[in-house]
Amino acid sequence: MADVDLSEPEKVYILHSVQENLREDGRGCEDFRHMEVETGLISNTNGSARVRLASTDVLVGIKVQLTPVDPKKPNVGRIEFFLDCSANATPAFEGRGGEGLASEITAMLTRSYSCFSAIDYTSLCLLPGQQCWLLYIDILLLECGGNLFDAVSIAVKAALFNLRIPNVTMTKDEGGIELDVSDDPFDFKRLDVSGAPVIVTVNKIGHQHVVDASEKEEACSLAKVMLGITEKGTVTAMKKEGSGSLDSESISEMIESAKNVGIELNKCLLNILKEEEAKIEEPVGFLR
Amino acid sequence: MQAGTSSGFAFCLFSATFLFLLSISTYSLDLNKFINMSVDIRLAKSRVVGLDVYHGDDPGNIVTPGDIITADTGFMRGHGTYMSEDCLHSSVAGMVERVNKLVSVRPLKTRYNGEIGDVVIGRIIEVSQKKWRVETHSRMDSILMLSSVNLPGGELRRRSEEDEKMMRNYLKEGDLISAEVQNVMSDGCLSLHTRSLKYGKLGQGTLVKVSPSLVLRRKTHFHNLPVGASIILGNNGYIWICPTEHVEAGETGGYETNLQPVSRSEREAIARLRNCVLALADQNVLLFDTSILYTFEASQKYAVKDILKPEVILEVVDLVQQRLELEGS
Repeated sequence: MADVDLSEPEKVYILHSVQENLREDGRGCEDFRHMEVETGLISNTNGSARVRLASTDVLVGIKVQLTPVDPKKPNVGRIEFFLDCSANATPAFEGRGGEGLASEITAMLTRSYSCFSAIDYTSLCLLPGQQCWLLYIDILLLECGGNLFDAVSIAVKAALFNLRIPNVTMTKDEGGIELDVSDDPFDFKRLDVSGAPVIVTVNKIGHQHVVDASEKEEACSLAKVMLGITEKGTVTAMKKEGSGSLDSESISEMIESAKNVGIELNKCLLNILKEEEAKIEEPVGFLR
Repeated sequence: MQAGTSSGFAFCLFSATFLFLLSISTYSLDLNKFINMSVDIRLAKSRVVGLDVYHGDDPGNIVTPGDIITADTGFMRGHGTYMSEDCLHSSVAGMVERVNKLVSVRPLKTRYNGEIGDVVIGRIIEVSQKKWRVETHSRMDSILMLSSVNLPGGELRRRSEEDEKMMRNYLKEGDLISAEVQNVMSDGCLSLHTRSLKYGKLGQGTLVKVSPSLVLRRKTHFHNLPVGASIILGNNGYIWICPTEHVEAGETGGYETNLQPVSRSEREAIARLRNCVLALADQNVLLFDTSILYTFEASQKYAVKDILKPEVILEVVDLVQQRLELEGS
């Protein structure tokens, strides 16, 4: 992450403002900044989404591919995350600069999606023991404005909602089963994302904690907890980051507020995605 | 901490009732959206866009790189333009400006081009021998010489070796300063000075970054606004908003920083000002004391955090623009 260097008085100011529940931009501790979502904007992917959270900008594209199943798990499909930090976001990402952050985010996503209730993995399996779908989820980080994990996970969920997996017809002939992937763009099935988690990052600043921290606030926070939260409030993954220590009481408080926010986020996201689906309009993309 | 939570609760109650009244009287957005503001996701498709100045019938004097400004050879070439095939072309995206025969293009988005006498806000990024390196959103890092600062206590004397060793005690990496451009070197690097009591290290407050072309050049860039906060409009697009009394304390050169908590009312004024400045910048309105004050007043009917929403920004800034036009400023 692009490190913001703050002076001591600025940090003190942010710390006090979090204590007062009136953050730098007037938000309360559990308020998210407003967010913009668009799905289906890249025509050559099976599913895509773009999320803009204040100045954080994330683009996600999903491609599906037929692949032999993992012999250890013969009945399920697989997903794979890949994140690219564009050097447009910050010069620090140039070359291999963004790799550390990228692997951190993909690891967290893999963890939160490894829970079996996240998406219906068995529906991604075509022929148990032989062929399954592999979803390549490619994430492009275009701009950093704080709270990357949450924005990325929301974009991933939106793209999964938008995912159109082509239908496959199976024909038996001598020697084996032949798979035929449909070319018709309107012949597809969708994925149920009602169980998919979003990541909620809770930053500890002073004695309080905040969600959706801006870059400046992230610079003031010594410890943060990231949680994968589903619509029902189930925690699918948890990770603590930062040099600071947390006592068990504050961790449970943080989990509680992450849960509340996470449930609300999931609900809001699903509603808005359904609303978008009902509208038939040209994609907006980047030209506005 | 106890007191903080209870006052926060009281504030919530207050704002809830306030917004309730508001929603039935003046504004027709639904109530739920305001009270349960914790999450707000919307569609890119339903984004409200302001007046489309770029694609309207009359593009006015906006040009993009390569555009022909004029084929008339009677004009002089100014900043942001180049001559090619007897035509004057624009080399940046921005507005064409003309002073008599001189044609220049003022870019919409740019790095800061320093001029002598400009007030800037900068952040120290390196302490080196006899000078500090300062980030001022310029193309190159600016320089603040040890000899061009006022030492603590307002002493004016030769800088000794002791002073050189103490440099990090005065200003260290990450510190914010306000300064004036003393000189522009041949390579475009700025040399700053803080030899006046109004310049120096900045204390508690908020830094907002906007495009440098949005800051209007004025006689004064330091304003004590009558809303309980002060603002420094740096010519480099960095805007510093801080509580008023801290500025007076800072007249000593700002070396002793006040780390006492800022009161809630001041904090609110600062947060509102911050959002107002960002709203104006979002709509490309020039920033100066009047425009900011008008926005502050026009935004009064909204809660501070609602000024981040695009539809509120549009409405508020529209009101301000009308008012500014009426007054002919």
